[in-house]
Amino acid sequence: MNRRTMFEKIWDAHVVKAEEGKPSVLYIDLHLIHEVTSAQAFDGLRLAGRKVRRPDLTLATMDHNVPTTDRTVPVKDPISKKQMEVLAANCEEFGITLYDIHHKLQGVVHIIGPELGLTQPGMTVVCGDSHTSTHGAFGALAFGIGTSEVEHVLATQCLQQTKPKTMEIRINGALPMGVTAKDIILAIIGKIGTDGATGYVIEYTGEAIRALSMEGRMTVCNMSIEAGARAGMIAPDETTFRYVQGKPHAPQGEAWSAAVANWKQLPTDEGAEFDRLVEINASELAPYVSWGTNPGQVLPITGVLPNPADIENPADRKTVERALDYMGLQPYRPINGLTVDRVFIGSCTNGRIEDLRAAAGIVQGQTVAQNVKAMVVPGSALVKLQAEAEGLDKIFVAAGFEWREAGCSMCLGMNPDILSPGERCASTSNRNFEGRQGKGGRTHLVSPEMAAAAAIAGHFVDVRTWKK
Amino acid sequence: MDAFKKHTGVVAVLDRANVDTDQIIPKQFLKRVERTGFGEFLFFDWRYHEDGSVCPGFELNGPQAAGASILVAGKNFGSGSSREHAPWALLDYGFHVIIAPSYADIFFNNCFKNGILPIVLPQSEVLRIMNAASTANSAKDQFSLTVDLDNQTLSDGGELNIRFDVDPFRRHCLLNGLDDIGLTLQNVDDVDAFEKRRPIYMPVVAALSV
Ligand code: SF4
Repeated sequence: MNRRTMFEKIWDAHVVKAEEGKPSVLYIDLHLIHEVTSAQAFDGLRLAGRKVRRPDLTLATMDHNVPTTDRTVPVKDPISKKQMEVLAANCEEFGITLYDIHHKLQGVVHIIGPELGLTQPGMTVVCGDSHTSTHGAFGALAFGIGTSEVEHVLATQCLQQTKPKTMEIRINGALPMGVTAKDIILAIIGKIGTDGATGYVIEYTGEAIRALSMEGRMTVCNMSIEAGARAGMIAPDETTFRYVQGKPHAPQGEAWSAAVANWKQLPTDEGAEFDRLVEINASELAPYVSWGTNPGQVLPITGVLPNPADIENPADRKTVERALDYMGLQPYRPINGLTVDRVFIGSCTNGRIEDLRAAAGIVQGQTVAQNVKAMVVPGSALVKLQAEAEGLDKIFVAAGFEWREAGCSMCLGMNPDILSPGERCASTSNRNFEGRQGKGGRTHLVSPEMAAAAAIAGHFVDVRTWKK
Repeated sequence: MDAFKKHTGVVAVLDRANVDTDQIIPKQFLKRVERTGFGEFLFFDWRYHEDGSVCPGFELNGPQAAGASILVAGKNFGSGSSREHAPWALLDYGFHVIIAPSYADIFFNNCFKNGILPIVLPQSEVLRIMNAASTANSAKDQFSLTVDLDNQTLSDGGELNIRFDVDPFRRHCLLNGLDDIGLTLQNVDDVDAFEKRRPIYMPVVAALSV
């Protein structure tokens, strides 16, 4: 019998047409859209006199440039406001469901898909956003697309795709205390590099992955793109089914049983071959902190910064030199103890309820250090509601954190939440590129626990040994 | 999309690896709802100082790169986000060809959708071009290349002649300026048939009342 990987099964089940020498036409089960990458696609449709083929498989939200302060006052930035108005008008014209800035289900696009039960195993999910890989945590094939492809999916509910290669990343053993899903993915990117998985779809396997909650799995899959991967995925299991069951859009009754029976067929067949295998021992992992200007430049909290003088390859040396310079850091300095000015907890990587619980657990009864400005931005309005029901907001506010409305916020600083030049930030987001969180801003990527502890201590600490 | 057959233009060198889309077009400029007008913001944070004055040291600001339409860069060019604003900005600035040892996936794909040809060459060939172009230091001795997509060749009209590979289907689409939505729509019967086979439990979006 033909042994297939999960990716191959999902791919095969979605090929509408395959011809030799051409990309395959692939059917898309769910298309998510937001305000930044869709306007030009709708324009294209209008220009060509085309309709949206399946508005009922399309969902829109506003997340990237929404303000996270009081939503009852009008949006101040006129250009952001226009972008939101244009999305609303397009959704109205083409009959697409929109959860706008005032809606109770608004949130970061990759958080609301799963929490509404729209993301399910075995599906193809796309969005004009690279972190669409998040949805792969359910055993779905989910990837980011450009605006031309957004237009393509709107018009045809299909995409032309060439088949990527497959990579298995196996995390053996159990994670030590204080080491999280975020640390797994930072360690992976540190190991294989930001282009280590270019051209591949990753499947994450191994005991440490199996032991993760759905939220942790989403954190891992979310940053697949930071390793260059087309997508990242994790086989569905009881953890997945439990998460999906009862969600608003989950199948019910007989449909549920039929769905689960199918989902159980998805995992990679025993003996199926991947094009590449990477293995990591969970027991060797520590809390990680990124030190440079790409997500591959990471260190365990016990590590020291690299010295360009030690690097032979001139191109690599220049890259490290430039990164240290931009980050305002000296060679050989330990990352532990480095002072931070800002702390950001949120984003589609770590803005879900478990992330907020984990951070609150550290913050409880403590006070944010004098030198630090800290904020929590829930990933969705539902996450915010849940956190408030659990009293997490009170814990954060009592400690001196700002408690905000849902959105992307300082993950990319398209709204007013940005770093000032030179400011150093412990951030639970996914990118530390130059200027990502504001021109001249210095981003260090960490887990929610590490970010929370840095807020209290005023500098990076090792959460495993830190005494409040 | 305009067809791409042959292109001759000035070469600009950006000898940096992992140039990310946040650098190509910083997010403060993503708020336009049109496809055009992004060129003036290309590499904005590298091109300009905080006070708006031009950074003389930045590669594209030198006289040798004035009017360039071919960009040579380091590996993993275009990493990061899916923003198609990155190729839009490159195109609007005047770039029609990019040459690098490797690209980020989504960016690579987005280039073809916009009539930009991203050429992959081995590191050593990229270096040869960078070295040749780096001898130029004024507007007078600018280094130019001719890119012939039909024959898959690059040439400086002298000693530098390089063959490059490109996916045949993408080449075909680019040469003919084909609209790939139109191509998919030719298969609409297959799409209809596929939809009839989809499992009934697959979710559909309906506005939830809360
Ligand atoms: S939270 Fe950040 S990474 Fe996620 S969708 Fe928003 S901007 Fe992109």
